Amino acid sequence: MSEDILSLLKENVIQGRKTGEDIGIDESLSGTPGVVDLVNSALKDNISPELIIKEALTSGMEVVGEKFSTREYFIPDMLASADAVGAAMDILKPLLEASNVETKGKFVIATVKGDIHDIGKNIVAILLKGAGYEVNDIGIDVPEEKIISVVRDDQPDYLGLSALLTTTMTEMDVVIKSLKESGLRDKVKVLIGGAAVSDEYAGEIGADAFCADAFQAIRALEEFEGA
Amino acid sequence: MPREGILIENPIERLSGEQVRQIHGASIDILNDPGLLCFNKKAAEVFQANGAEVSAISGSGTPCWGVKIPENLVAGALESAPKTVKLGARNPDNTLIMNGDEPRVFFITGSETNIWLDVDFSTYVSKTDPSKEVKVPEFKPRRGTVADLCDSAHVCEQLETVDGYIRTVNIQDKDITEDNKDVNKFFACLDNTTKHVMSGLTSLKQLDNVVRMAEIIAGGPDKLKENPLISFITCLVKSPLQFVDDTTETFMEVCKRGLPIVVSSSPQAGTSAPIKEAGIMAQINAEVLAGITLGQLVNRGTPVLYGSVPVRARMDTLGDSYGSVETSQYNIDCVQMARFYKLPNYSTSGVSDVKIPGQQSSIERLFSDIVVTMSGPQFLHCAYGLLDCNSVFCLLQAVLDDAHFKMIKFFLKSPRINEQEFNTVKKQIKEVVATPQKMFINYIRPVMRSGEISPPYPFEAEGEVDSVFALANERLQELRAKPVEHIDPETTARIFREVPGLLARLNVHKGDG
Repeated sequence: MSEDILSLLKENVIQGRKTGEDIGIDESLSGTPGVVDLVNSALKDNISPELIIKEALTSGMEVVGEKFSTREYFIPDMLASADAVGAAMDILKPLLEASNVETKGKFVIATVKGDIHDIGKNIVAILLKGAGYEVNDIGIDVPEEKIISVVRDDQPDYLGLSALLTTTMTEMDVVIKSLKESGLRDKVKVLIGGAAVSDEYAGEIGADAFCADAFQAIRALEEFEGA
Repeated sequence: MPREGILIENPIERLSGEQVRQIHGASIDILNDPGLLCFNKKAAEVFQANGAEVSAISGSGTPCWGVKIPENLVAGALESAPKTVKLGARNPDNTLIMNGDEPRVFFITGSETNIWLDVDFSTYVSKTDPSKEVKVPEFKPRRGTVADLCDSAHVCEQLETVDGYIRTVNIQDKDITEDNKDVNKFFACLDNTTKHVMSGLTSLKQLDNVVRMAEIIAGGPDKLKENPLISFITCLVKSPLQFVDDTTETFMEVCKRGLPIVVSSSPQAGTSAPIKEAGIMAQINAEVLAGITLGQLVNRGTPVLYGSVPVRARMDTLGDSYGSVETSQYNIDCVQMARFYKLPNYSTSGVSDVKIPGQQSSIERLFSDIVVTMSGPQFLHCAYGLLDCNSVFCLLQAVLDDAHFKMIKFFLKSPRINEQEFNTVKKQIKEVVATPQKMFINYIRPVMRSGEISPPYPFEAEGEVDSVFALANERLQELRAKPVEHIDPETTARIFREVPGLLARLNVHKGDG
């Protein structure tokens, strides 16, 4: 029974179906329960959150990743699956906290002051959430003071800063300097991304990593975890 | 169901209606004065018997007749020439239906080249940084063979955008002679593609053997008329305004048999036609009209294509410059002239002046392929794989061409703008604007695999390298490895019994049973 529902849940992760209304790739699933309903059903059946994550959510995302690497899947497929997993994690999070199970890490993400371009930032947020990170997206055009305040209060493991424009990327430098002045720099890894920035710029301003896309961000986080 | 081709809903036109009528008028004037020089006696007699003013021209040593064609003969031919031409195929699903007043384009290979271009890849290492390697294609020209023709027909069978097949390479094996070339080239094509096959004839003596072969495949003479799986192209005209003896003879004999035929003229602006656009257009139109007129006088109702292969001369060599912009202009003008007569048009694009695939080849062929396609010729001889004007054929280039024709076909799809679409997208916009992320990505997936989104360029490499040739070559090898849909063993055996001159090595079933 538990195998059946976990297998169905995994398939719906692969299909990227958060709810029963979502259209996956296999049209025969249309109208059947999606990930959110199936997670709730699994919990009712007393399947543990850890097992749901391991056997359905993580293993489903691994299949999605393989399909993406062979070009069977594209970014919208990845995002749909990650979004479904993110919704599942929202349901499971209180249960995990109650049983003292930790997530992969807390990630605060923001588009810096003066910049309202957020497509890349949103994609990174969805994929990181789908990959098991606890993501706090604090929006666009975020002033340095607010970022410092969130870092101080939430104590995230990672801070992601995004900027599209050459005129706004300097704000990243301001944020990092302010983290240092506030004594917070050593407590959080800073990752930067966006069309205007580069590996070289990350080095110049003292960021921990430059990420050209969401996948590079996940790789960077895995490297930090392994370090 | 026949092949769909691509319907051009709003074909581009360079000429105004008045200019089209002016070209027609000028062509009629030219056919009347100076008229044609006809080197074929039978053709001259046909013209004379139908009211043309024919006079023997002496002094050149070669029998020749001056032929002045009156307007009424041309008008009669334009009336009797079919406005719809069907080009059949071994697989009826590959049939092509061409209506003279419908700009539905079919993409066809060709022409016959002497040189076959092999490609091989060598790896070069940077002198300054030995960790850097690059794979470079090296092209090796050689004479084409019948095995190459089989290979080409098979690969073109697999290329999705290729609607029909004109033989791409001249077979120059040691055991190929003038007396067996035609049967072997037609068999090599027909046995390796189920699409329509068009070719010229080397020897008129082989015409009936070729027709017999097609009849056997089609299931008999009547079936071949219903499903004309072969057609012919003849260059009966030598510009300016000369009917060549042997090709004119061939043309008339094909017309008598009622099989589809292209009346093709290929004047070169600057040498065999005036350099001025008005001049080459008036002349090529006169030449094609003269051919159509002769064909209809020989056999009323013969299916003909208005064949135009105009080209501008290179200024450095006075050779052909198919890559010149004017060549595309002339071809588009010809498409308009054929549409004016409501006759299906055979037009040309995609021929490059350069000898090997590369940037020049890509730019020249893509430019002409786009603009000439958009003018709406029915039969677009778009020169898959053709290089160095008409001299070199390269299968790797044909694979690249297939990829860009997919882009062209996608571009020419009808816009999906209607009330139903607006109702859907207005709902999406309202929903997305209300979300925090404000992204439409969730709505991509339902259309992503429906064919509504154009696929990525298939030969794109990762990183800062250009691997187009290497990736296209991988694709070529995949296509080559696909099974060939040969003619069945029984029909093949019958062809080999009844059609003389076929090379035994072309019978893939000879060891069967």
